[in-house]
Amino acid sequence: MLAESLALSAVLFTIGAIGVLTRRNAIIIFMCVELMLNAVNLSFVAFASALDDVAGQTVVFFVLVVAAAEVVVGLGIIVSILRRRPGATADDVSLLRG
Amino acid sequence: MPNFFYEVHFYLFGLLAIASSIAFVTRKSPVSAALWLVSTMFCLAALYVMLEAHFIGVIQVLVYAGAIMVVFLFVVMLLNLGEASAIADTRGKWGRLAAGLLGLALLAQVMALTGKRLPEPFTPGGGYDSVAVRDQGAVGSVAQPLFNEYLLAFELTSILLLVAIVGAVVIGRRRQADAR
Repeated sequence: MLAESLALSAVLFTIGAIGVLTRRNAIIIFMCVELMLNAVNLSFVAFASALDDVAGQTVVFFVLVVAAAEVVVGLGIIVSILRRRPGATADDVSLLRG
Repeated sequence: MPNFFYEVHFYLFGLLAIASSIAFVTRKSPVSAALWLVSTMFCLAALYVMLEAHFIGVIQVLVYAGAIMVVFLFVVMLLNLGEASAIADTRGKWGRLAAGLLGLALLAQVMALTGKRLPEPFTPGGGYDSVAVRDQGAVGSVAQPLFNEYLLAFELTSILLLVAIVGAVVIGRRRQADAR
């Protein structure tokens, strides 16, 4: 099942990357990044299962913690931007100043 | 060990995951996009359980589908972005075309990289993995490398979480000062 899992992981990662490139909504871009992280987690778990090594599942644990921290800080930034400028998309906040 | 029943369900959940993620990328409304992403994550949790990662499957449901997606939906509700508005726009035709071409190139690259050198003779199950699971349980077998080989990374994770907490508090407080 390793080849199928890796193919599925590649497809999900590609869909997430296309989502990041095509959407303007900052929240949806964040969710696409989460989808890409999930695809990478799937390949970690598939290799852990195929190589009989539980350490791959441990790495998934770290990815999960980093994803949770990233979501908290990123959504805080998005909320503070949208409170100040309602209706802002990701293209509107390309300048590095308020 | 992978019998017909196993393979049918593996392909079923894989196809469901792909269909849900395509629906997630193409939805205009942030709420329906988030719910399709939850569906994708549930399918991935089922795949994790089928790949003998029971603890990761449970954590996927609890943390990803439970906590992270609830935070996303809470922010959508807080900012009142529920209806499909101008903020949910996708890019124009050329942007979508370029993204599709780039995605195809990325997919071909990853497929070509993984298709060549797969360690195919390995079979899932019946090794260190299943022995450790039988001896220590699904959680203990994951925790064993976590507290031995990856102890430094585990401690650094706590610092990362502390920084994230402090950052979230600082960003939130500045927002209240602006509202006044």
